[in-house]
Amino acid sequence: MTTNASAMTAKTATQNACKLCTPLGACLAFRGIESCVPFLHGSQGCATYIRRYLISHYKEPIDIASSNFNEETAVFGGSHNLQLGLKNVTQQYKPQVIGIATTCLSETIGDDVPMILKDYKAIMNDPNLPTMIFASTPSYSGSHIDGFHTAVRSAVQTFATGGTKKNMLNLFSGMISPADIRYLKEILKEFGMPFMLLPDYSQTLDGGPWGEYHRIPPGGTPTSAIADSGSAAASIEFGSTLEAKKSAAGYLEAEFGVPRHQLPLPIGIKATDRFFALLEELTEKPMPEKYEDERRRLVDAYADGHKYIFGRKAILYGEEDLVISMAAFLREIGVVPVLCASGGKSGQMKQRMLELIPDMDEQGIEAREGVDFVDIEHEAERLKPDMLIGNSKGFTMSKKHELPLIRIGFPIHDRFGGQRLHHLGYRGTQELFDRIVNTVIEERQKSSPIGYTYM
Amino acid sequence: MDTQKISLLEGREKQVYEKTAGGVEVDIACDKTSLSGSVSQRACVFCGSRVVLYPVADAIHIVHGPIGCAAYTWDIRGAVSSGPELHRLSFSTDLQEMDVIYGGEKKLYKSLIELIDQYQPNAAFIYSTCIIGLIGDDIDAVCKKVAKEKGIPVLPVHSEGFKGTKKDGYKAACMALMKLIGQGSTEGISKYSINILGEFNLAGEAWIIREYYEKMGIEVVATMTGDGRIDDIRRSHGASLNVVQCSGSMTTLAKEMEEKYGIPYIRVSYFGFEDMSKSLYDVAQHFPDKPELMEKAKEIVRDEIRKYYPEMQKFKAALTGKKAAIYVGGAFKTFSLIKALRTIGMSVVLAGSQTGNKQDYKNLKEMCDEGTVIVDDSNPVELSKFVLEKEADLLIGGVKERPIAFKLGVGFCDHNHERKIPLAGFIGMYYFAKEVYESVMSPVWQFAPRKGGAK
Repeated sequence: MTTNASAMTAKTATQNACKLCTPLGACLAFRGIESCVPFLHGSQGCATYIRRYLISHYKEPIDIASSNFNEETAVFGGSHNLQLGLKNVTQQYKPQVIGIATTCLSETIGDDVPMILKDYKAIMNDPNLPTMIFASTPSYSGSHIDGFHTAVRSAVQTFATGGTKKNMLNLFSGMISPADIRYLKEILKEFGMPFMLLPDYSQTLDGGPWGEYHRIPPGGTPTSAIADSGSAAASIEFGSTLEAKKSAAGYLEAEFGVPRHQLPLPIGIKATDRFFALLEELTEKPMPEKYEDERRRLVDAYADGHKYIFGRKAILYGEEDLVISMAAFLREIGVVPVLCASGGKSGQMKQRMLELIPDMDEQGIEAREGVDFVDIEHEAERLKPDMLIGNSKGFTMSKKHELPLIRIGFPIHDRFGGQRLHHLGYRGTQELFDRIVNTVIEERQKSSPIGYTYM
Repeated sequence: MDTQKISLLEGREKQVYEKTAGGVEVDIACDKTSLSGSVSQRACVFCGSRVVLYPVADAIHIVHGPIGCAAYTWDIRGAVSSGPELHRLSFSTDLQEMDVIYGGEKKLYKSLIELIDQYQPNAAFIYSTCIIGLIGDDIDAVCKKVAKEKGIPVLPVHSEGFKGTKKDGYKAACMALMKLIGQGSTEGISKYSINILGEFNLAGEAWIIREYYEKMGIEVVATMTGDGRIDDIRRSHGASLNVVQCSGSMTTLAKEMEEKYGIPYIRVSYFGFEDMSKSLYDVAQHFPDKPELMEKAKEIVRDEIRKYYPEMQKFKAALTGKKAAIYVGGAFKTFSLIKALRTIGMSVVLAGSQTGNKQDYKNLKEMCDEGTVIVDDSNPVELSKFVLEKEADLLIGGVKERPIAFKLGVGFCDHNHERKIPLAGFIGMYYFAKEVYESVMSPVWQFAPRKGGAK
């Protein structure tokens, strides 16, 4: 048998997808709300597969309930199963919140979930019923990142109330690592202004051991804080391609007049400077000395390491917002991201990249949306990069083409500690910079027969 | 800690049983679809089909539906191949909203033609996912057309997620295999020949088993589906006996082959010295006209056990008196594990499976000690409850059970389809004992809160 992979590429099918389905993102976001159980309205498999996929990265128990469709449900509608499921989840988990997301199945049969939930509340007639958040996440529309943002927006729509303005900030930090979330919380605390960060899965998906059984892991954004988000002084929202009409901060601005400040994910010095400048402006306080220090060390490290990496070529892939911010960071340090690829399809990737890297075309930097790993592999054959930067799903390609892979983002299924990697701010940039430099050094050391002991 | 407070869900009581002296004899309810909202550890029909057919390495496996089902099963099993590795690629028709509205047949057809041209497989399996059952794509017709045009078997697998349980997925996979069986020439196949069914070559296990049988003088016609090849499957009706492991998934196929080709079958297990030896003896016994087979089998058993006995005694000395909880996919595996654990001095306090049947649970009850809890289709809350109540030192399960054990400070042995260490065969028993020993005896548990949380 021969594999003519290089001779022609099948274009109709998706091969080795560089994206995941919408409900996964919603489940992840729901995990970042205090006392919340994610609930998928669909087949049992969706919940189980997504649990398995998340657990392999986060190494934490992740319970996702399912309404467990059968043939009858598919014919007569999912109302009965959904209501029974909610009852059972309420009994077994005693949650304050249930985050319900749909699947391709329940969307295709046309279940009117808000109506079913309304009926359920009427039937139960119980003031202590958990609050239900509903996110419409058919997997034939968008990818996991869209499900994530839909769930965050739904949470805010469900809980936020207006009222007297409070001296408080909202931070919608997007799909980032638990370590990144902890770092952002630390920064906000140092600025001394009350804040609401959503979703906060820094503890629910990266917590300590249990002496006793917890139905729901401790941690998460408290619902009272989400309620206050409507009266916050401002919202900061990370994500270059995230449109206001689809975002939580966009909703708060439209509904309660909370100003929305959209920023790219703060990766690299320039993007992080923008983030801190905005914090200084909104809190009317200077950047704490601690972060000035971090920044100084980072600038110093850039100088110490620049020669190892100048002109090196990288292929970047993953969620669009991560790829865009990473590309801008790589340009700061002299690495050329020859291909910036994503399975997502916002239609804005090139434009947003141009804003950060105006000379991207002259530099030979390409942005491609809606691609899979086989497409990326073909490009790799042509572009001959020095390294790959993205999630662990690029490993197959990295092995085949003997390219070093720097693992970032989600998922990281083949290494330990993906949940503890930093990407954001000066600290995250420092970590990324060190890893990139060391990858190049390691390749150089390994490929030399001399066995240099100073690099 | 009061785990008594964790109550069982209404509708689940009959699927949980505790063996007590003079206790009432009740049948465990099983073969039921999972209860809505119960966070079952099961997956769906699609999952059942996908795991069974996954290891066929010279076929392409195309998932017809939105992206999730293909993305979550990309390279998911530790099923290795000695040759082609097409099974490790993930193909999806990646249906979008418009496809759902107007139907996905054209996209499927085009995907198939392109992928077959690109990868030149010996067959193609097409899995239908949930929404295919709703939008009414006639995948049988598409498969027929493509098979005719391309001259290879193109086999539809009717695995819509909601149409039953994982077991129905096993059946759908067996039916697809039946379409291949009988198409090849049986010329030259020895009278002393078998097919190995339900062995998926995880971490090379099928090779270990095959070698034992071949050493005995038995010809192995096909392994289904570990390291599977289309041509072997096509001529597998020429074997004299089907040897079925993982009976849950492959008994259907064995029965079909018995009915259609008159091939008898036996059920075996390759886990633990006792069952492994028996599976060699049982095959030898099937061919009484050739007593050398039995002599050879005895010789293999003797040599192999002698090889591992000293090490096993070391493990046993350390593990005697420790308690294990088992929660795996099929009940048949549970029997072997109980025996294997006894070999190393351990008792079983919880035994359960996702898909056991009435007879399985009856056997299980007879095998277990008093005080053992038996569960069907359990969930994280129940598993945690019993692990704590019964003070287990070890949990045996899969990826989804692993974090439960680790959170609670309990050792863990991976016994599912993602494992990288062979646990079958005599050498597999050694690895099993070693893995159990290394996890249970690790000094890290001294810091777990339930073990006092050493400071």
